[in-house]
Amino acid sequence: MRIALMTDVHGNREAFAACLDHAAQNGIDRYVFLGDFAGYGADPGWVIDTVAAHVERGAIALLGNHDAAVLTNDNNMNEAAAAAIAWTRTQLDASQRAFLAGLPLFIEEEDRLYVHASGFEPDRWHYVTDLYAASRSLMATQAHATFCGHTHVPALFHMSLTGKFASFDPVARVDIPLNPQRRWLAVIGSVGQPRDRDPAACYAVLDDERHALTYVRVPYDIESAARKIEAAGLPAILGARLFEGY
Amino acid sequence: MDVHRLQAGQIVDGFTLEKPLDPGGMASFWRVSRPGTDMPMVMKIPLMRRGEDPLTIVGFEVEQMILARLTGPHVPRFVAAGDFERPYIVMEFVAGRSLRSLLDKTPLAPEEVAAAGAKIAFALHDLHRQHVIHLDLKPSNVILRDDGEAVLIDFGLSRHDQLPDLVAEEFDDPVGTGPYVAPEQVLRERGDPRSDIFALGVILYFLATGERPFGEPQSAAEWRRRLWRDPVPPRRLNAKVPPWLQEIILRCLAVDPAERYATAAQLAFDLQHPDTVPLTARAEKRERDGRIAVLLRRLRTPKRAPRRRRTVSGLLANAPIVMVALDLAPEAEGLREALATAVRRVLATEPGARLACINVLKTSRLAIDPEVDEHGRNLHLQRLVALRHWARVLPVAGERITYHVIEAVDLAAALVDYARNNRVDHIVMGARGASPLRRLLGSVSAKVVAEAPCTVTVVRTRESVSEAAAG
Repeated sequence: MRIALMTDVHGNREAFAACLDHAAQNGIDRYVFLGDFAGYGADPGWVIDTVAAHVERGAIALLGNHDAAVLTNDNNMNEAAAAAIAWTRTQLDASQRAFLAGLPLFIEEEDRLYVHASGFEPDRWHYVTDLYAASRSLMATQAHATFCGHTHVPALFHMSLTGKFASFDPVARVDIPLNPQRRWLAVIGSVGQPRDRDPAACYAVLDDERHALTYVRVPYDIESAARKIEAAGLPAILGARLFEGY
Repeated sequence: MDVHRLQAGQIVDGFTLEKPLDPGGMASFWRVSRPGTDMPMVMKIPLMRRGEDPLTIVGFEVEQMILARLTGPHVPRFVAAGDFERPYIVMEFVAGRSLRSLLDKTPLAPEEVAAAGAKIAFALHDLHRQHVIHLDLKPSNVILRDDGEAVLIDFGLSRHDQLPDLVAEEFDDPVGTGPYVAPEQVLRERGDPRSDIFALGVILYFLATGERPFGEPQSAAEWRRRLWRDPVPPRRLNAKVPPWLQEIILRCLAVDPAERYATAAQLAFDLQHPDTVPLTARAEKRERDGRIAVLLRRLRTPKRAPRRRRTVSGLLANAPIVMVALDLAPEAEGLREALATAVRRVLATEPGARLACINVLKTSRLAIDPEVDEHGRNLHLQRLVALRHWARVLPVAGERITYHVIEAVDLAAALVDYARNNRVDHIVMGARGASPLRRLLGSVSAKVVAEAPCTVTVVRTRESVSEAAAG
């Protein structure tokens, strides 16, 4: 089965649509959305409706910290992010809010764990940016492979039988074998707001028969996405950073 | 699966064990068969028990990962791999002899050393092209197929530059095989394809002299010695080693990778063209360096390799072999100028390029061609002189340019063969006009473009085109 892993769409319709098109042309059997559908971008409603339609057809969707922030009032985000959350609240209808409210924090499927931020205290939204954070997540669960997002920077961590941790910067379009001999934690880059200096949308494909993970980069219409952010009156930085991928 | 209890006739995942082969240090080998598969196959089963001996475990993991994505005639074809509970790799059984079988006959004649070396270098180049550095090249890991091609085996310590380096992550000490490990590997650098060129230099040295340049050091601490102590020049051990071969071997064994051949294809090129090897002081070196020089090098040796970020394919792309085919006919003067301009442009963007200037001396199919012209001058030599004259204006260092006059009946076929045999990356050649006759007969350049195994740039002058239009 080929599973598309997409995360951190953040209301970016153009990037999300480009990734979904790409996936549809590449024999995807199943979709897993790792959260953060809202925040930053100008089309949170469309993104949530699209995800909800996929969930009705069997896709998995998880709750992200921005989605949670839309539903509750407490958040400790930076100014631009908080402004985007406040604006997003005004855009969502009751059914869209209900959809977000029904999302789980993590899902385990076979020997895989899907979670938005980290397997360690999923509701605390820890960032997996280094070996230490990755080891905490890997030690907290039994899963052979963990898939998460949240950092917007693609990364792959692994642990050998002897307990050694290491990290690797994945190269797009190269099949990486997730050997059963070791445990893996794959941070999937962001669809809607990449921050690894590559402005193309990022997602990944897992082939669970071949145990192969492939990161994919999809160019999309950044101009339109940025223009809509500006038109919505959202902070200018949120549009500008899309061009830099940072 | 208990390796020690396997028996002939037993079936493992659909493969029938036929007979055991000589075991290696870390694995046992069985000839296996499977209904529907004609290819002779071998099953490699690591000698390990769960949780023990990380080198065997990681080595198996790495080999499984890397062999599965390698293709081509210079590696055994991958067939299948088992899982962790029942680890094995099934691959093509390569018929041939191990390079080790040549070691009993050392020292070999220089031509034999060069021939075997070129085959191994081509195999290495093919491996590097696929993003993989072997990092444990040694005679027991090279099989010479019956058709003469070299096949590389055992990728347990190898590195794929687009995949996680499981070996580096597992071990704090350098890994490799004492006599062959490159100086930068001793410093734990595992990202340089020129490490394999060093190991091939050790093999060439061994074949040419019967001795190993750095002996057989047992501990990693002893491996470090090669960072400052240079080997005895091969010609001192075997007077029959010609200067060109010593030049090649010592260049491969340079401590600084930047002083070695940039690519295995460039090394193969020199091994195939002894006459054109540019000789330096290395070629005539008779003694090892003096104590002071060695001491200074030792003091300057870093504890660790400097951190560099580069990719195997990037290094290969920066050091292409560019071949320019030159028409020396008097009427092609304008075209030759245009070719010089085109080559200059290529060299400007590829400063690591190596340039081979070729002229084909057309011979007739039946008659015996004269070797001299009507004035008694050697035709071959005249053409070499003309090639050198043409190239004098090019901004390329002497050791990066070579000249070749080849004799052939079919021009285009000769150029294509040359490009293929020398792993040429880019052909630059001229096209004369586009006359109706040429269109009918098919031009040399069109045939080269259609059949060449690499990029081809065809150069035209405006004059030649308008002449053809007028005619």
